[in-house]
Amino acid sequence: MATQKSVDDRIALLQGTLDLLILKTLVLGPCHGQGVARLIQRRSEEVFFVDHGSLYLALQRLEEKKWISAKWGVSENNRKARFYSLTAKGREQLVEKTSEWARLTKAMGLILSNQVDPSVEEA
Amino acid sequence: MFKRKRSTDDFAEEIKAHLELEADELKREGLSEDEARRKARLEFGNVRAAHERFYLKNRVAGLDHLAQDMKFAIRQLVKNPGFSITAILVLALGIGACVAIFGFVDAALLEPLPFANPDRLMSVNESSVESPRWPLSYPDYLDWQRLNKSFTSLDVYGGRGYLLRTPSGAEPVHGERVSGSFFQTLGVHPMLGRDFYPGENRPGGPNVVILSYGAWLNRFGARDDAIGQTVDLDKEAYTVIGVLPREFSFAPSGDAEFWVPLNNFSFHEKSRTFYNFWGIGRLHDGVTIQTALAEMKAIAEQLKRQYGITGPELSASVVPLSEIIVGDVRPILLTLLGGAGLLLLIACVNVGSLVLARSESRRREIAVRGALGATRARLMYQFVTEGLLLAGFGSLGGVMVAGVIMKFLGHLVPKDMALNMPFLGGVGLNAHTGTFAAVMALMVSLLLAATPIWQLSFRELRDGLADGDRGAAGRLWRRLGANLVVVELAVAVVLLAGAGLLGKSLYRLLHVPLGFDPNHLATAQVNTSGTVSKNDEQTVVLYREIVRRVSRLPGVESAGMTSMLPVQCNCAIDRIHFPGRPYHGQHNDVDERHVSAEYLPTLKARLLRGRFFTEADNSSSPGVAVINQALAKKYFPGEDPIGRRIANDEGGNPSIWEIVGVVDDVREGPLDVETWPAEYFPINQTREHYFSLAVRTGQDAGTLLPVVVNTLHQIDAELSVSDEATMNEKIDGTQTALLHRFSAWLVGGFAALALILGVVGLYGVIAYSVNQRTREIGVRMALGAQRSSVYRLIMRQAAWLAVAGLAIGLVCSVGTSVLTRKLLFGVQAWDGMTLGGVAVLLGLASAVASFLPARRAASVNPVEALRAE
Repeated sequence: MATQKSVDDRIALLQGTLDLLILKTLVLGPCHGQGVARLIQRRSEEVFFVDHGSLYLALQRLEEKKWISAKWGVSENNRKARFYSLTAKGREQLVEKTSEWARLTKAMGLILSNQVDPSVEEA
Repeated sequence: MFKRKRSTDDFAEEIKAHLELEADELKREGLSEDEARRKARLEFGNVRAAHERFYLKNRVAGLDHLAQDMKFAIRQLVKNPGFSITAILVLALGIGACVAIFGFVDAALLEPLPFANPDRLMSVNESSVESPRWPLSYPDYLDWQRLNKSFTSLDVYGGRGYLLRTPSGAEPVHGERVSGSFFQTLGVHPMLGRDFYPGENRPGGPNVVILSYGAWLNRFGARDDAIGQTVDLDKEAYTVIGVLPREFSFAPSGDAEFWVPLNNFSFHEKSRTFYNFWGIGRLHDGVTIQTALAEMKAIAEQLKRQYGITGPELSASVVPLSEIIVGDVRPILLTLLGGAGLLLLIACVNVGSLVLARSESRRREIAVRGALGATRARLMYQFVTEGLLLAGFGSLGGVMVAGVIMKFLGHLVPKDMALNMPFLGGVGLNAHTGTFAAVMALMVSLLLAATPIWQLSFRELRDGLADGDRGAAGRLWRRLGANLVVVELAVAVVLLAGAGLLGKSLYRLLHVPLGFDPNHLATAQVNTSGTVSKNDEQTVVLYREIVRRVSRLPGVESAGMTSMLPVQCNCAIDRIHFPGRPYHGQHNDVDERHVSAEYLPTLKARLLRGRFFTEADNSSSPGVAVINQALAKKYFPGEDPIGRRIANDEGGNPSIWEIVGVVDDVREGPLDVETWPAEYFPINQTREHYFSLAVRTGQDAGTLLPVVVNTLHQIDAELSVSDEATMNEKIDGTQTALLHRFSAWLVGGFAALALILGVVGLYGVIAYSVNQRTREIGVRMALGAQRSSVYRLIMRQAAWLAVAGLAIGLVCSVGTSVLTRKLLFGVQAWDGMTLGGVAVLLGLASAVASFLPARRAASVNPVEALRAE
């Protein structure tokens, strides 16, 4: 979202990576939306900023795909919250997506480290 | 488990929970209550947007939008009644014309014939050089039936007039003589009674008759006990054995009421060279038309050798029966469908450019909606909805228009002709035409929706806000609108050229040299077989009496009779040879007419040599003949035919006729066929029961018709008189004239509409461009431009469009005319006069269409134009 542009060292999440992050976060146990957002931000050492609108849509999407399931519950500080947890199908997906991601970053790394001087390309 | 679809409330609850949790956490980090709440909200971003996105995701939004768009579109249409009514009307006309013509195409060409497995039914006949379909002789038919292996059954039919005795006198009726398994071959079973028994069609078989449904209804009051009753046909009693089903119709037989088995043959009919019957056959499964044709050709060849028939040309023909029934109308219907399609195209283009022009003036609205967050897709949906709505209303109107047109066109077809086109009964709004209309509607709506979308996708929405309605904005529309108008003009040219050529064909057709004067000529069909005149002398006396009494009527100049009136058909054909010349059975086929002494003078036919007949040419004097110019040229080139003799087989007797006169060609056959050689014999020497009376009158022939009929009945109450009509009515009523008139008028109508639409389109483009350029024109004039140069500026723009449309249209129209040349008569596809006329017409119309906006442009007040912005 344009409103968040001022925070420069934050990186907008790549399309599709949010799903993976949510799955990974939920491996630790059931969690509500706000918790997921906080965890992602914290664990990326505040590099990632999660757009909350996108987060809830992603949660909804994953729920519809039956990768996660949701249940209303009560939080540690006695607030009503909707808790998400990983399904068996979600667990499978997590493994698959993680290895996919590893392949992708490896390939990206190979290409980027071979590039001697990016400005040559421009000429 | 939770609900399959989460409610928006549930989602809102979750967002609320999130904000509270976040605020708690922030508070824990040391923020004050208010600060924490504010920060939580800020961190979350746009809560409303999140709600909205969730809402959108739950597809309910789609329907919601549709309803909104629909409401908005209807409001838009109501707000611009001029635009809406024009667009809907134009679409209705285009779609209506298309659907109506399709109704005919469907009934005639797509609907199968009403018989069992109609695609296996073939018309099986001889073929000759002159005509691809030549009737069979009965002996040949029997051999074909016996020898062939291609057909499960082979049958013949032949029409015949009978005199039906009714309580109110003798009435000429149409009967059909058919071979025994005729109805089985068609796959038709009588709905009442029975079909013919196998033996009933052998020579000497019983007099039985199967009634048509119409005859059963009208003559027997649809009573079941009609079976077993007798009818008196030509003074012989026929027993009714069956009634055909209501839906039965066999086009080649027209309205035949009495179907009798072929079991009684005249002397000629037993001859192998008397060709009088038409054949139909049902192909064996797996036998192709080609195989059957090859076999029948071989059989025909074998028979020719076997019986020493030396004529060279006759062979066999096998074509689908449907070809015989609808073959004539196919090119016309397809041409009309093409014309209607073009009209629809022009209508669509016209409405499309209207939509475009309007979307142009709605730029600001679109830009504002875009700026307020409407997505491009959302804006597109809006246009699609409007297109759908227009097309929907247009199609609805179109279906109504089609219903009216179909009814109207159906009535235009004369009854006689309609009888040979039973498919006309199937024309109307039905599942097929409905589906077609729906497909048309879909295509039109796609087109109408696509036009503004296409334009939208080329443009940055933001521009619309920035510069309002001015300048560059018009350029795109001008280019697009201009291209569309060129298409419109080109299509209009194609239709105009088509209409021009068809109109000219019709004119040519109605002005072919007839060789006689058709004006002030009354005609009637007379049948004397019911009268007492038994022997030849009495018949001749009756002839004389008829001519004498009719000639003496006030207003009548002369009267004559003929076995067949002119401009009907090249039927009643005689095969002649010439004594003293070697004869090898050549097919010297000529039209044969039996006429009274006064007939040719009554027609005002021109005598070229020798003399006409006189009353002295009677049965006791030697046979004489008058021939036409065509016969003289073909068979007596460079010779004087007077005094030469021709020979034929008259009534089964070899006869010799001395040529006493040569008459200029009287057009005996149809208008669009080259005049055949023709011979005339004195009716007094041959005698005919059926003949036509031709009466030359001083004034309007139509008014004398009832008097003539009356007089004939006074002479002998048993004379049956039918088909009374003036000669001009007869000519106009011929199939050739009707088909040409039909196509010329319809395409003419399409062309007129196309011209109007095209020119209005051009006007629209120019007027719009003048509107857009008012400021520019103002500047020009302020800088000293003359009025004349403003005129030139605008008119030049219009001229380019008109010339481009004209050029494309003319090239295309030559192409389309070549495709439809079957319908042209006496005129070439590239007829210079027609194309030139079209060019002039379109040029003038375009000039007017562009002059009006040009004048408005020239009268622009520069000061006001500049201030206005």
